[in-house]
Parts: sequence; structure tokens; C-alpha cells
Amino acid sequence: MKKLLKSIYMPILAVIIAIIIGSIIMLVTGFNPLSAYASLFIGAFGTLPNIANTLANAVPLIITGLGVAIAFNAGLFNIGAEGQYWIGAIVATWIGYSFKGLPWYIHIPFALIAAMIAGGLWGGIVPGFAKAYTGAHEVITTMMMSYVAIYFSHYLLEFGPMMEKGSVPQSPLIKDSAVIPTILRNTQLSYGIFIAIAAALFVYWLMYKTVWGYEMRAVGFNQRASKYAGMNVPLNIVLSLSLSGIFAGLAGAVQILGVQHRLYDSFTSGYGYTAIVVALLAKNNPIGVVFSALLFAALGTGSQYMQLNAQVPGQLADVITGLIIFFVAADKIIEVLKSMFKKQKKEELAS
Amino acid sequence: MSALLEVNNITKIFPKVRANDGVNLVVEEGEIHAILGENGAGKSTLMNIIYGLYRPDSGELKFNGEVLNLSGPHEAIEKGIGMVHQHFMLIPVLTVAENIVLGAEPSGISYNRKKANELIREISRNYHLEIDPDAKVKDLSVGLQQRVEILKAFYRHAKLLILDEPTAMLTPQETEELFGIMRNLKKQGISIIFISHKLDEVKEISDKVTVMRRGKTVGTLNTKETNEQELANLMVGREVVLRVEKSEYNPGDVVLSVKDLTVSDEQNIEKVKNVSFDIRSGEIFGLAGIDGNGQTELIEALMGLRPIKSGIIKYNNNNIEKLPTRERYKLGISYIPQDRQQEGLIMKFSVADNLILKEYKNSQYSKNGVIQYKRVFENASKKVEEFDIRPTDYNLLAGNLSGGNQQKIILAREVGSDPKLLIAVQPTRGMDVGAIEYIHKRLLQLRDEGSAILLVSLELEEIMSLSDRIGVIHNGVIMDILDGKFATREKIGLLMAGSQIDAKEVEVL
Repeated sequence: MKKLLKSIYMPILAVIIAIIIGSIIMLVTGFNPLSAYASLFIGAFGTLPNIANTLANAVPLIITGLGVAIAFNAGLFNIGAEGQYWIGAIVATWIGYSFKGLPWYIHIPFALIAAMIAGGLWGGIVPGFAKAYTGAHEVITTMMMSYVAIYFSHYLLEFGPMMEKGSVPQSPLIKDSAVIPTILRNTQLSYGIFIAIAAALFVYWLMYKTVWGYEMRAVGFNQRASKYAGMNVPLNIVLSLSLSGIFAGLAGAVQILGVQHRLYDSFTSGYGYTAIVVALLAKNNPIGVVFSALLFAALGTGSQYMQLNAQVPGQLADVITGLIIFFVAADKIIEVLKSMFKKQKKEELAS
Repeated sequence: MSALLEVNNITKIFPKVRANDGVNLVVEEGEIHAILGENGAGKSTLMNIIYGLYRPDSGELKFNGEVLNLSGPHEAIEKGIGMVHQHFMLIPVLTVAENIVLGAEPSGISYNRKKANELIREISRNYHLEIDPDAKVKDLSVGLQQRVEILKAFYRHAKLLILDEPTAMLTPQETEELFGIMRNLKKQGISIIFISHKLDEVKEISDKVTVMRRGKTVGTLNTKETNEQELANLMVGREVVLRVEKSEYNPGDVVLSVKDLTVSDEQNIEKVKNVSFDIRSGEIFGLAGIDGNGQTELIEALMGLRPIKSGIIKYNNNNIEKLPTRERYKLGISYIPQDRQQEGLIMKFSVADNLILKEYKNSQYSKNGVIQYKRVFENASKKVEEFDIRPTDYNLLAGNLSGGNQQKIILAREVGSDPKLLIAVQPTRGMDVGAIEYIHKRLLQLRDEGSAILLVSLELEEIMSLSDRIGVIHNGVIMDILDGKFATREKIGLLMAGSQIDAKEVEVL
């Protein structure tokens, strides 16, 4: 219990400091922080549909966040989760609309698994092998592969093979048999939330209880010692990046089957990038990913409500997000602030 | 003689540790004063305080009768305090002269090479520290680089010179040279603080010894009136066995046989050339040599961490040179790598996890790919007790343990698995007397149980006291293999430096 407290203490402190600085900004720019935060909170959790939408928003963040966290655990920076998400979404959409007459219990797993394989190949094969055998940095390769995936989707949808008849650049709707049903009507919350939670538990088990996770973490912390212990370091790099891509691909599929039901033409979903922040705040703990994804999802849904009801610009939520990232990344700053505070107290006591 | 440096009741507290606790020290003019203590006894903290890197929490420093209140090393240097760190602070691509004057160049805006060289020649003449000012530092031997560091201090008019573990990287001959320099400096009235944990060196060179233990100075003795045993006991705080008690040499079958082994480094330069030797069970084979003469490449080749160019490695009569590292471990080979933090441990893994770093895949610890943590913890609590790893909480991260206890984790893993062959590279590097005593005991115990041990060490003392046979490596070639009983320091030293003929002559004499 003490250990748990210790590990969540810094992230929570980072969030609190971000909120305080956020309110200073609001005061300076002439808004009432109390009413702003109140409406932010109501927007995220105030009503049942609001809660449902927050949860729905969290689903792709949780699953993609898990993918990024796996790579982080192995000492790798998968910055291209966005592209793996897109590949997963493309594959799931295609399977969703082009196979007819399958029962749901085959159609859904088929689409999910195919998307996972595609995401895994996208993240693991090219960037993984390039990193393991030539030392090409995964930040560059995953990023570039990400652009390839996004532009590939433009090609498919803008008068390409996946475009629906007509003039709107979008894919056909997936068949009913491929739809993950909604839990609460008129919200976006689907049973995908259970897939997300199961995925988090699975990743936790995988990383901390299995031989595989042991090796991946060992390689992540210290490649040299892992090699000296007889581990196959290149293989582990490929595996970790693949696994990372598998979850990003799954996120894309769950979003298509559960929420969007078709692929739209857009430049970015943003989930792959926010996922990096989610994993950072969670300190790469798979269970922590669930909670940090919920926080960012809540900021997202709440900010729209805040904009409408407190007339505080929604961008302020982005400012808070940015501040959280800053303090999580720079937790050394917090430590320094803490020690300064302690010292001052001590001096006051002494004098 | 009068006191040059006085340290009065200095205390320095770091979070959770009293690194210096009421420390007292008096260094007279023209005196070589040794500071002796185990790792973590507070020697470095004290030196850093004297050199102005740390500010003491309480207490007082006096230099030349004047109270010092240093805000940084630049002030210490100004007052006449010089320090040579264990790891040199030199820029390899610059010349000797450029390194020495760096930051205090003679005259004007443009660098006056001629004047700098002249100044340095003058200083080196005055202090008998011969060196070529125009040589590039990267081309110098370690001993000469150290000389550059010492010159740096005198260029800045040092009256007190602090030498932090100066002999750690030197050959026996270079150490003798250094001692010669130190005696010379003493004659000229320079005071020297000599930090070491090597008792024989302290005994040889110093006038006075101050022993530190757990942040306190436990006593200052006249070197002449004490002996190594007394110093060791003071340092550790209990009776220490200094002489290694070794049982009869009783070799069995050949366990490891290396024949004509050649290994190259990354630049395809041959680092190990046609090396051959055998190691038998019940034997400790010591490999002596100066750092960087092919030891690393040889060991990595033996462990399958580096490809070999040609040659044969046989283990129990089977060729193993093509086996991957893990397969070699499975055959009963254990390995204590040189760098425990980079190669031997995963600092962010718990002690328990580190203890299974090579065996996590065995049926003992995992079933169908799932690690059986109950057994992992059973193993951990057993090993923690047997090898006296402290603190005893095996859930702590390895990085939170002291260096000595980190080494014990590796020892528990590698020795505790009853290996038939143990390759131990610098197993006591940076350890203190108590820990060294323990590690030596375990290695000898393993030998007596019939294991073969390859011991690689830069400490001649260690090689000589433990080995049954000693191979000396120089520039990738085994110069000679000596009988441990009859090998002398001088002979090994000469072989280490690469002169085979001289070594033969020593034998005749």
C-alpha cells in the first residue's frame, strides 16, 4: 500500500500543480477558476451520458496508451502509435464491410485480430528490425511509418478502393455483425470498454508475471546486462515494438467497430499522440494507464462543456494538459520545489 | 614543522547519512598523510570539503593558520590546495602544456604556446617531473597522465596536494615511480594527502595515517609505530584476517582448454593473439595484466559475447566456441563481469529479480512462460541470508544497495549456482577490506569444492594471494604462465609491462 502511494504520488502532485497554475492563468485572463473547474467536472462526470462519453473517450486512449507503455517499458519510444492505430482502423473497416453473413462472434474477433496483426507488423517489422539490426532510431522510423499509414488512408478514401459510392471521402458502413454494441443508448460507450480493461489487466500480467515481460523489461533497463545474461536483445526489441503496435492496432479496430462504424478521411485521430502522454503520466504502469487515460478523456469531454457553460475557452483544457505533461516529465522540478519548501520550514523552526 | 591544514570537528550530513561526523585532521608541512578507510567511510566527502566542492554543515577548516570558507574549488586552488582525482580530468586531444594551463593561460588574449611550454619545463625541472610539453595526452601512459594532473596542481602553486586513490590504475613499476615523485615533493616542503585502501602502500609511503570509519576519524597514527594488521582492524572495527588461508593445491581434470585463440575488436584490430592455456578443476588460474591488454576481449570471447577469429575453446572436452552465451551458462559456467552496474545487474530490477537473471527460464522458476514468484522469493530469501546481502529486503531495487552488497547479489547468483567453471573479472573492485575478505573466502571455498576458476584482476596482490597459477597478459599475448607459489611481484610486473627478457633475468638473479 505504501509502495502504491509512493508511485502515484508524483503524478497526482503534477496534476494538482497543473490545476493550480491553470487557475492562476484563468484569474489573470479574467475568468472564475472555480466555476470553470466546476463546469469542467460536470461536463465530464455530471450526468450519466457525460460519464458514458468520458469512458468512451478513454477506450482508445487506454488501449493505445498500453501499446506505448509496453515500448517504454522496453526502453523504446514508439512515437508512431498513431500510424499503427490507423492501420488497425483501416483493416478493421475493410473486414467490417466486405465480409457478409458472418456471425458476430466470428466477425468481431476476426476484425480485431486482423487489425492487431496489421498494427504489430507496422510497428514491429520495419521499425523493429531496423532498430535491432541497423540501429536506426525508432523515433524516426515509427514516425515515418505513421505518415505512410495516414496518407495511405487518404489514398484509400479519396477516390481510392475503400471509398463509398458518392462524393464523400469515407468508407462504407461496416456490417451489423461487426458492430460492437453500445452499452448506453445515445452515447458512444460500447462494450469496447471491457476490451480496454481486459487489455490493461493482460498487459500487466504479461509485463510483470511472465518470462516475456521479464526479458522485455530487462532489455529496456539495461541492454548490456541483458546481453551478458544471455538474452537475445535484438529479438526482444522486435517483439516489444510489435507488441506495442498490436495494441495500437487494436485501439483503431475497437474505435471503428464500437464508435465510428466507418473510416472517415481526416488527418489525425490524435489518440496515438495523446497515448504518449497517457503512458508518461502512468509511469508506464498498465493499470495506471487506465486512470491516466480517464483523466485525459475527462479533460476532453469536460472542456467542451466548460466552453459552453462557463465561457472559458476549451483550449484552457489543452493548457492544463500541457502543464501536466510538463510536470510529469520534469518531476525533478517538483523534487527541487519540495526540498526548498522543507528547507525553509526547517530554517523557520530553527530561528 | 607547523600545521598546514587543520580540520576541526567537521560534520556533513546528507539525507539519511552522516557522511562526516566530527572529523578532525591535522596535516603538517612537508608530510605525507594517508587517509585510510573503507568505501563509504567518508574519505571522499572530506576531500571534497577540503577542495571546496562541498560546504560542511558545521566545523572549521584552517589552512596556513587562516580560516577557510570556500565557496568552490577555484578558491581552494587559489589558496594552494590541489587535487588529483581518481579519474583524470584531462582532454585527450590536447597537448600536455595545453591541458596544464587550461583555464589559467599565460598572458593576453591569444594563447602563448612558447611561454606556456617554458613555464611547464621550469616547473617540471623544479619538481623533478619530466615530461614533454608538446606530447598529446592521449598518447601518454596512465602514469604520465597522472604526472600531468600533478603538474596542473603545481602550475597553480599548490602547497597541499590531495591524491585520491592514485595507484588504482598503475602498474607496480609506475606505482614505485609515483612514490619516488611523492618523496621528492615532500623534500621540497609540499604536503600530500594520500587516499588509499591499500594497506601495504600506506605503510610504505606515508608518515602518518588517519583512519576513518563510518564518517568518523577513529585515530591518527605514526606509520612507523603501527602495522598492517592494526590498521585493518581499526578500519573495519573488528579483527580481520589479512592473510588468505589457502589449502593444498590439488588439481583435477582440465575443465577449460583454450587453444590458439585470436579475437578482434570492433575495428578489426587483433586484441587477443594466439592465446592458449588450460584450467583444471580445483584450481584458481589468475590472469594478470594492465587494463586494456586484451583481458576484456578474451573473457567476452570465452562467454560467447564476442565472435572469435580463430582458435578452439573446449569445456569438459567439448568445443563450445560456437555456442550462444545462454547455452554456456547452462553447461555450468558462471561469470562475474567487470562492471557490476552495467553488465552484472539490472539496477532497476529488485534484488530477487536480479538473483534469477540467468535462470528465469529454467523450470525451477517458470512454468509455461509464467514466472513462479513464490519460488523466486524463496530463492531470494535463501540467498540474501547465505550471502549476507543487506538490507535483507529482497524487494528493494538493486540500485538502492551499496556497491559491496550489489557485488554480493552477483556473487550469490554466480557462486550460489555451484558452477563447474567460474570466470571472475575484478570481483573485488572498489570493495572494502571486509567485503574483499568475504569474497576471497567464497572463491577459495569454491576451488576446494573442485570448481575451476579464472580470476582476472588488476590488483596484483589479489592475483598473487589467490592464484595457483598465474598467466600474465600483455598486448593480447600471454607472456608466461607462472607457478603461483614462486611468482614475485617484480617478475609479474615486468611481464605486465611486456619485457620477457628482463623477466628471465630476474629469475636468474
